[in-house]
Amino acid sequence: MFYRETGQFKNSYAADQQVFPIRQDRVGIAILLAVAFLVVPLVAGNYWFNAIFIPFLIFALAALGLNILTGYAGQLSLGSAAFMAVGAYAAYNFQVRVEGMPILMSFILGGLTAAGVGILFGLPSLRIKGFYLAVATLAAQFFIVWCLTKFPYLSNNSSSGVISVPGVEMLGFKFDTPQSRYLLVLSIVTSMALLAKNMVRSTTGRSWMAVRDMDVAAEVIGIRLMRTKLLAFAVSSFYCGVAGALYAFCYLGSVEPDGFSLDLSFKILFMIIVGGVGSILGSFLGAAFILLLPIFLDITLPAIAGLLSLPFDSATVSHIQLMVFGALIMFFLIVEPHGLARLWQIGKEKLRLWPFPH
Amino acid sequence: MARQIGEVILDLKNISLRFGGVKALTDISFNVREHEIRAIIGPNGAGKSSMLNVINGVYHPQEGEIIFRGEHRKDMDTHDAAKGGFARTFQNIALFKGMSVLDNLMTGRNLKMKCNFLQHALWWGSAQKEELEHRKKVEEVIDFLEIEHIRKTPVGRLPYGLQKRVELGRALAAEPSMLLLDEPMAGMNVEEKQDMCRFILDVNDQFGTTIVLIEHDMGVVMDISDRVVVLDYGKKIGDGEPDEVKNNPEVIAAYLGTQH
Repeated sequence: MFYRETGQFKNSYAADQQVFPIRQDRVGIAILLAVAFLVVPLVAGNYWFNAIFIPFLIFALAALGLNILTGYAGQLSLGSAAFMAVGAYAAYNFQVRVEGMPILMSFILGGLTAAGVGILFGLPSLRIKGFYLAVATLAAQFFIVWCLTKFPYLSNNSSSGVISVPGVEMLGFKFDTPQSRYLLVLSIVTSMALLAKNMVRSTTGRSWMAVRDMDVAAEVIGIRLMRTKLLAFAVSSFYCGVAGALYAFCYLGSVEPDGFSLDLSFKILFMIIVGGVGSILGSFLGAAFILLLPIFLDITLPAIAGLLSLPFDSATVSHIQLMVFGALIMFFLIVEPHGLARLWQIGKEKLRLWPFPH
Repeated sequence: MARQIGEVILDLKNISLRFGGVKALTDISFNVREHEIRAIIGPNGAGKSSMLNVINGVYHPQEGEIIFRGEHRKDMDTHDAAKGGFARTFQNIALFKGMSVLDNLMTGRNLKMKCNFLQHALWWGSAQKEELEHRKKVEEVIDFLEIEHIRKTPVGRLPYGLQKRVELGRALAAEPSMLLLDEPMAGMNVEEKQDMCRFILDVNDQFGTTIVLIEHDMGVVMDISDRVVVLDYGKKIGDGEPDEVKNNPEVIAAYLGTQH
């Protein structure tokens, strides 16, 4: 009843092509942003920032990056964690080695380095598709982690490749509280999500989707396959790279190459599968699901056990947690293979008709 | 306004195409005049689709020459063909299934868009202006094909007949000077066929687009085309106006068989 676009007529193509054409969506997103920027910093505690909000935003950004490549351009990749690593280590090196490098510039350069590496490992995509490409991107995953461990130069000669990042400082302001780091991450992620949305609704995104859906036809209408695929790799790796830099600078503070393992790549892949392949919103929903559900189970399961006075030790609880987590992922994929974003969309359709479904 | 059939704009000379030992096309020559509707017919496996693929650069013939608007080329790639004003539809629909009708048509205009991805990302000034300009053009095509009601529908959800129409729309969105249609009416019922014929004739009439089409429905072919070329087993067995082709003994033999 409240979610209905009745009476909202579009009388220009510009109005029809807005990011959020329906007024209720615009209001909703404005409220969400206002809460995220103004309310959360005032009310949330350090635990919430450090364990939930900051990692959620960073992983959402990485998932967004992978979604551009896999969801929009249709190129399967298992190297997202490696591109994050490139971003993190490159940003670190620019920050440490170049005197007076602004931190944002480091992030951007980290992202650009990742984009370059992404293009390099995207080259096989011109020849191979699907699962074979996924295997080819595995090479990126192992090679990059190996490189970062092998060459001490890349980690500024620290032992076994561990880097401890300097504090984040911008124009004399120190981002030393969790609040300030949260706001920094939030600003970067929001603006990059907006840029991504603009890209996917324009010719760039349409070319990606055309290559994903039917590459022969795309070629015949004049889309350059090589340029389009490599651009997707570059943009995707840029996003992953910035996410990696934020992961090191704003979340963990010190990272090692093994932290960017294949496990992390899979985690990001699961985020977009659960969240919704080919959806910006899906990246955020997926990141929330994969990241927050274990925390939620961590808190609730022992409580439930205590309530029923069952003698669970902590090992059993963690096993059950894994089982419930896996079962839930399977449940969601069976109920809606197109992910949470699609569920959300269906929900909205239902809401338009509610409470009179006929 | 009666359309004027102009000079020869596409001339194919002695085209031969082989896949390993299989000869798909052998020594085929024919031409296409400006503004005409040129049909390619022939039994299954005659090499009609291969011919179309040669014309717009998907296949590269081993021998022969293609002269398009006075430019000689042995072969060209699909990108050059699209730039040169070729647009086509496919025998099995090759739409972008996950995208809306509108997006499919907008993609058809990709070569006319000049902004790069950074401008797109910022969505400011020229990128937005360009998007709106092209939207306007695409809406004209949508209007022309009478598909206003489905412009926001994902193509994968549309029935077959409409998908065929959207595919024609995607080709038209590129404002081609030459339109290649691979069995535009395959699998349609009579009503849908009539609609499609009307669209093809209207395109030819209103935009002056030259059309090369492959079709199996002889009624349609003889009705709408100006000249017909007949292929059989990769060889040309007939070429001329519909009546002429209809009475060609070789063509009759290929279609109906002869007594030996």
